[in-house]
Amino acid sequence: MQLDPKIPEGPIAEKWDRAKFQLKLVNPANKRKYSVIVVGSGLAGASAAATLAELGYGVDCFCYQDSPRRAHSIAAQGGINASKNYQNDGDSDFRLFYDTIKGGDYRSREANVYRLAQLSGNIIDQCVAQGVPFAREYGGLLANRSFGGAQVSRTFYARGQTGQQLLLGAYSALSRQIGLGNVKMHTRTEMLDLVVTDGRARGIVVRDMLSGEVRSHAADAVILATGGYSNVFYLSTNAKGCNVTAAFRAYKRGAAFANPCYTQIHPTCIPVTGEHQSKLTLMSESLRNDGRIWVPKEAGDRRPPGEIPPEDRDYYLERRYPSFGNLVPRDVASRAAKKVCDEGRGVGETGLGVYLDFQTAMERLGEDAIRDKYGNLFHMYEKITAEDPYEVPMRIFPALHYTMGGLWVDYNLESTVAGLFVLGEANFSDHGANRLGASALMQGLADGYFVAPMTVGDFLARAGKSSLSTDSGDFKAAQTEVNEKIKKLLSIKGERTADSFHRELGKILWEHCGMARNAEGLSKALEQIPRLREEFWGNLKVLPGRNDQVNQTLERAGRVADFLEFAEVMVTDALSREESCGGHFREEHQTEEGEARRDDERFAHVAAWEFAGVGKPPVLHKEQLTFHEVSLTQRSYK
Amino acid sequence: MATAALKFYSTTIGKKMVMAVTGLLLALFLLGHALGNLQLLGGPQQLDGYAAKLHGLPALVWAVRLGLLLALGLHVLSAIGLWLRNRSSRPVRYQVQRFRETTYAARTMIWGGPIIALFLVYHLLHFTTGQVHGSFEKGHVYANVVAGFKVWWVSLVYIGANLTLAFHLYHGMWSWLQTLGMGHPKYNRWRPIFAAAFAGVVGGINIFLPLVVLLGIRR
Amino acid sequence: MKFTLKVWRQTANPKDTGRFRTYEASDISPDTSFLEMLDIVNERLIERGDDPIAFDHDCREGICGTCGCVVNGFAHGHQEGTTLCQLHMRSFDDGQIIWIEPWRARAFPVITDLMVDRSAFDRIIQAGGFISIRTGSPPDGNAIPIPKDDADLAFEAAACIGCGACVASCPNASAMLFVSAKITQLGLVPQGQPERWDRVRTMVAAMEEAGFGACTNNGECEAACPKEIPMDLIARLNRDLACSLLKK
Repeated sequence: MQLDPKIPEGPIAEKWDRAKFQLKLVNPANKRKYSVIVVGSGLAGASAAATLAELGYGVDCFCYQDSPRRAHSIAAQGGINASKNYQNDGDSDFRLFYDTIKGGDYRSREANVYRLAQLSGNIIDQCVAQGVPFAREYGGLLANRSFGGAQVSRTFYARGQTGQQLLLGAYSALSRQIGLGNVKMHTRTEMLDLVVTDGRARGIVVRDMLSGEVRSHAADAVILATGGYSNVFYLSTNAKGCNVTAAFRAYKRGAAFANPCYTQIHPTCIPVTGEHQSKLTLMSESLRNDGRIWVPKEAGDRRPPGEIPPEDRDYYLERRYPSFGNLVPRDVASRAAKKVCDEGRGVGETGLGVYLDFQTAMERLGEDAIRDKYGNLFHMYEKITAEDPYEVPMRIFPALHYTMGGLWVDYNLESTVAGLFVLGEANFSDHGANRLGASALMQGLADGYFVAPMTVGDFLARAGKSSLSTDSGDFKAAQTEVNEKIKKLLSIKGERTADSFHRELGKILWEHCGMARNAEGLSKALEQIPRLREEFWGNLKVLPGRNDQVNQTLERAGRVADFLEFAEVMVTDALSREESCGGHFREEHQTEEGEARRDDERFAHVAAWEFAGVGKPPVLHKEQLTFHEVSLTQRSYK
Repeated sequence: MATAALKFYSTTIGKKMVMAVTGLLLALFLLGHALGNLQLLGGPQQLDGYAAKLHGLPALVWAVRLGLLLALGLHVLSAIGLWLRNRSSRPVRYQVQRFRETTYAARTMIWGGPIIALFLVYHLLHFTTGQVHGSFEKGHVYANVVAGFKVWWVSLVYIGANLTLAFHLYHGMWSWLQTLGMGHPKYNRWRPIFAAAFAGVVGGINIFLPLVVLLGIRR
Repeated sequence: MKFTLKVWRQTANPKDTGRFRTYEASDISPDTSFLEMLDIVNERLIERGDDPIAFDHDCREGICGTCGCVVNGFAHGHQEGTTLCQLHMRSFDDGQIIWIEPWRARAFPVITDLMVDRSAFDRIIQAGGFISIRTGSPPDGNAIPIPKDDADLAFEAAACIGCGACVASCPNASAMLFVSAKITQLGLVPQGQPERWDRVRTMVAAMEEAGFGACTNNGECEAACPKEIPMDLIARLNRDLACSLLKK
């Protein structure tokens, strides 16, 4: 397998311009002859499908939800970054680029990140023109706020629902194209395989989730915009339906999977209350601006928080990081919380939680000021936990939130399979080992609106039409394989539900491949996962015999089956990356103060894993990362 | 323009607007009618004189009558159209359905309509043409009214019908503002108050008058 | 906690007109959400080899708009300003009987059990719920200032999650609140002006064609809306439709 990142020549600021000039174009009259499949209808998928259709290509768009408007991009709260410098505080493309590279702990590709920064401003213009109601100042101009990891105010937002508003913008553009007949939308349809012939993506095999029908769609290019894999941990802030199946099936058909061990854990989530818990709810990071995080000094101190006097409290972030205090980056805050809980000092019934206390802030600013700033978040917290944060401190705990890893793509967002493009969270390209807040929306839309429509056109112009119909042998074979797998799942007739396997897998990963990892734990996980998978295929219970209409147990079982295989790739990657960087913290690789220690000598590369066959360990390929514009430094928040 | 208007009327919103406009006209007439009726309190001469004055302008009377008939027709026609549509919009009903905001008045609009229509027929036959009146004498409005209301069950019919009318007016009088798009966050809380006042005045007067006769204050 | 559930069950078979079935939900922690309670019931049904209850859900944090049932007569349950996934079992009484029904409207046919087909909403948006610009051609984001009040109101309208509770709770199964929210959002921003009158015409036409009922101004929609979108917006929709008659 060759990993050619295809980075254009020339100074970094000119690379995208040069690339656009070098990319081949499809004659406007010929565009309608080409067909493109887009899987996923989130920010990346919807924007790509709409834009390609506007250009004149015939687009088929697929999503598992009942409407493209429901993709999980909708849940993003904080905002979207753009280097507009509207605040006159010294922002520039280069600064956004620099912050993103540094925030990613120097594990992303410079050229991609710079292009992202260059395109960021266009995204805002595009969304405003779509009618997205961004927050505004009294003069009628766009408002900005600041966000973690940056010293300028460059985040555009629509209250706490920025993702929703941006997605509805992309959805409206997509809807317009559907109405015009340029996009054929397939809702409640799940991609179950990729068809590859002669090294080129030819189409996909899907299952209609209402009729159970398995069918194939052929196209001249395939775009995956299927999001991340946080749900491999069972509990995450992702939607229940988010899954790795599409990306993982592409991996099994020859697309390399890059840096699967880079997972982001968000420090301010509402803690788990028990076994029944199905998902975790994020609360905006902004809470850490005024809240103080603490746990009791003594392990096993079960007194209610109000009865614990200040001298028995440990404000551990303020103690360990005097200069950044409660505002250390996500990964650092998350690990610190885990550490105190491991010491038995966690709070709440489960012992998995720390206090986020607004007492001091309320004394200083008054309760009204706090209500003004965080009223809606406090309200949400109270709705979920039935505790009033004005009276008792909030309890928070870290949770899986985003995955930086994904299918490997070159500068053109093309994977190692020709004609297979990967966009948004599903690819690995821009966030390195750690994503900064308000950058995910930016990346999804940059990929979908501006990058893929150019580079997919270039591919079509070079490669021509695919001319492989769904009647061909490869389609038939893939379809048979999918049918066999479904039949197998339906025929096991064991004792355990798919969810129970999923929960167990999540526990293994959280324990050994979560916030802190070590070789021993990871090796243990590598033993446990195949055992669990074996039990799954022998002892699964789904609603039997129903494959001609809605069978949600079957859908879930199929996804869990892929998670069970994918988890092994992820753990393998975590084991082989013997350094700590960003969201990947190896306990063996830390400084004496317990901080992450990178190893740029050995690990300044992208680890791209190639599927080597069933039962065989994946093969590692490395893309060396070279840095011309920034110098690598160790992050410090002391 | 004509086709555009027809197209507009074919939408539910168009029908609603026709209902709002015609309903408003009918309501204004009712207000005038009720205020006019108050002259009953002034005695036979005043009321009969007032009636005679109105009948002295036959062109006006017939213009108003035709206008009202047209408004009423459109109002009823639109109501039937909307009612049929709403009935078919939920073929399977809920086993349990609870309401939070809808008023009794809003939910009974569709039943209030036919009741009021029946009453209207009765009222016209009673006081305008006299077929169902025991001692009707053309032109002697005061005598007809007092004789009519003296029959206790007739008064009861009037009181009942006007209660229904008041509910109908209450919902209608704030609803037309909403339907014609005359809402404003600042003033919207006044809409129900205005509607209640309007319905109270019209309904109140019309209920008050039979009571006046029944209690023997006017004979 | 313990509950008796009366759940609507209906298969995809067109001859199946559906019926209620009774399930016992025992040992439910008060901290479970309503959907987690259904998860638990389903897990037990699967273990016994029974057919689990099909219901739509996804984000489980009240923003995607996928979930929704009528619970004891209320769309999204009795708690105001929340979706079904944000409703917790502690707000019910121990031992309570809970009736669970799908959204009911001609325009939202039942697919299976509690799942309904809301594609009518998508068709309404496809008919005109957008601003026709192509990618790459817009002016600078700050080129056209928008008064803050307008932007704020546009945002409030745009907060609609398209869940369908307005239709489900309306005595007439009317979709006016949904349509008015989009009309208001796009009608308040300058970018939406060129297509304003066409938009209201085409969206209303699509709404009518889908078979929704008519608005009778009873306000159930705003009471059920998990995003608390006010019915004032319906007045704006009415006004725009009337004005569109005078244009072009």
